[in-house]
Amino acid sequence: MSGRFEHFVHGADIGIRGIGPTLEEAFAQTARALTAVMVDPEQVAPREPVTIAVSAPDEETLLVDWLNALLFETATRHMLFSRFAVRIAGNRLEATAWGEPIDPLRHQPAVEVKGATMTELAVRRQPDGTWLAQCVVDV
Amino acid sequence: MRVPAIIYGTEDLVRAMDDKVLEQIRNVACLPGIVKAAYALPDAHWGYGFPIGGVAAFDAEAGGVVSAGGVGFDISCGVRTITTGLERAEVEPVVEKLADALYAAVPVGLGRTGQIRLSDAELDAMLEGGARWAVAMGWGDPADLERIEEKGRMAGADPGAVSKKAKERQRAEMGTLGSGNHYLEIQVVDRILDPKAAAVYGLVKDQVVITIHCGSRGLGHQIGTEFLREMALAAPRFGIVLPDRELACAPLRSELGQRYLGAMRAAINCALANREIIDHLARGVLRRLFPRAKMALLFDVSHNTCKLERHRIDGEEKELFVHRKGATRAFGPGHPDVPEPLRSVGQPVLIGGSMGTGSWVLAGAATSEDKSFASAVHGAGRAMSRHEATRQYRGDQIVAELRERGVIVRAPSMRGVAEEAPAAYKDVDAVVLAAERAGLARRVAYLRPIVCIKG
Repeated sequence: MSGRFEHFVHGADIGIRGIGPTLEEAFAQTARALTAVMVDPEQVAPREPVTIAVSAPDEETLLVDWLNALLFETATRHMLFSRFAVRIAGNRLEATAWGEPIDPLRHQPAVEVKGATMTELAVRRQPDGTWLAQCVVDV
Repeated sequence: MRVPAIIYGTEDLVRAMDDKVLEQIRNVACLPGIVKAAYALPDAHWGYGFPIGGVAAFDAEAGGVVSAGGVGFDISCGVRTITTGLERAEVEPVVEKLADALYAAVPVGLGRTGQIRLSDAELDAMLEGGARWAVAMGWGDPADLERIEEKGRMAGADPGAVSKKAKERQRAEMGTLGSGNHYLEIQVVDRILDPKAAAVYGLVKDQVVITIHCGSRGLGHQIGTEFLREMALAAPRFGIVLPDRELACAPLRSELGQRYLGAMRAAINCALANREIIDHLARGVLRRLFPRAKMALLFDVSHNTCKLERHRIDGEEKELFVHRKGATRAFGPGHPDVPEPLRSVGQPVLIGGSMGTGSWVLAGAATSEDKSFASAVHGAGRAMSRHEATRQYRGDQIVAELRERGVIVRAPSMRGVAEEAPAAYKDVDAVVLAAERAGLARRVAYLRPIVCIKG
């Protein structure tokens, strides 16, 4: 992957940000940033694929829906994800997330994320041509 | 603004508040149908739409709204405290064993599920029945019910308004603590400031209590997520102009508003059932280790809710939908909704602290009705970001330092412990003192932790 992710400060919670050469890559990096709130993504083996599809009226809502779909899979499959392939066409996102079941001893999850929020929510193309996708997650 | 925005706090607390608190409480004061004032309490900090530590009441007849952001993601997150009748001296010698046994009995942290798996019919029964359902299933003491808000069951819950996804997230999560600032603690009644109220509450100096802080788990998070989205997208249809998308709300008299209330009340029942079950698991451990323990629920109170209540506005009694986001109901002495045995001194207001700083029991003040729709603070609030806390502290060092100070910590993740470092939180003592001086609640007792189970 050619993008990068980072966290930013928000009072009680934490902001996640993905940056990449395409909108899709920025979304994939934001998903890695989400995993990094909970665990070290390098410790999560991308062994099992899970497919995800969401639709939203705008790109920003699509980002929140994508992250919340991942959180739903984490909560119900008890899995963590570290590799993402994202395709976006119009208002629809289809993705594959690869990960593995949570092993509390090995992964040492720091905190559970309750939900992706609309706080500091932004999806935009930056002056240097890269894409940025970000929001605050509630922990 | 339709009404004033009022902030309670000492000069130090107000100066330390994020500018976003001021912006958010002003935004809340602009919402349709808001009554009297929007309040920020001494522990207020930047939240989602509403500040955390915010209170606002809406009149359905005046076009009032209900806001998913005004309740938050962890619907009905709250605190319960159980007295044990055990003396500090008999518990302290075995704290390590007690910590291990509690950590083994109560599932904590991401990815840990409980022993309970609910069928679709059982999920619906839980969402209707709350703690009453848990007790009927054998996971709780019937005597607890009168010591829980709404007597253990929130009326008006609509399991049909709860999505399949929200139910799926909860199927294996009953009786789990979660993570972040949620905890199960064994505490000692360290100081008593109001002997009369303490006696009524059953708090005796140097005796041991259990305190649990957690909420409606995945079900509440999913409901919050889904309705926040739906309300944000529907706002233009209702002609509501939102200065901040996260203020997402819907008229109380709309299908969406009513559906949210039904789902949110179901989530309140989920939180009440969850705390009842965790309490049951903890009492089982104490009973095994201390056969003479006589455990009784002091009180169970939520701090992320929207409730229909009667309040006096300009001499006239009105039914209002009171949002408390990171704020605790604090009915004063004599209020009919305070359980009869506690009524003479007012409703217990249970305030969680950080791992190292302890917790407070307050009593609702008579003046809280006029000051804040009978509401008080809920906790310390963070002073430092998670990132900064992990930069400054190491989990194993925090655990060792707390052990030196007489607090045994059990947690699945040392990074998680570092993120929850006591110094990452504001001074809870200053917050409760400010609440007392503002006339919201009176300090009754200070509880010092000796065992902390963290998610």
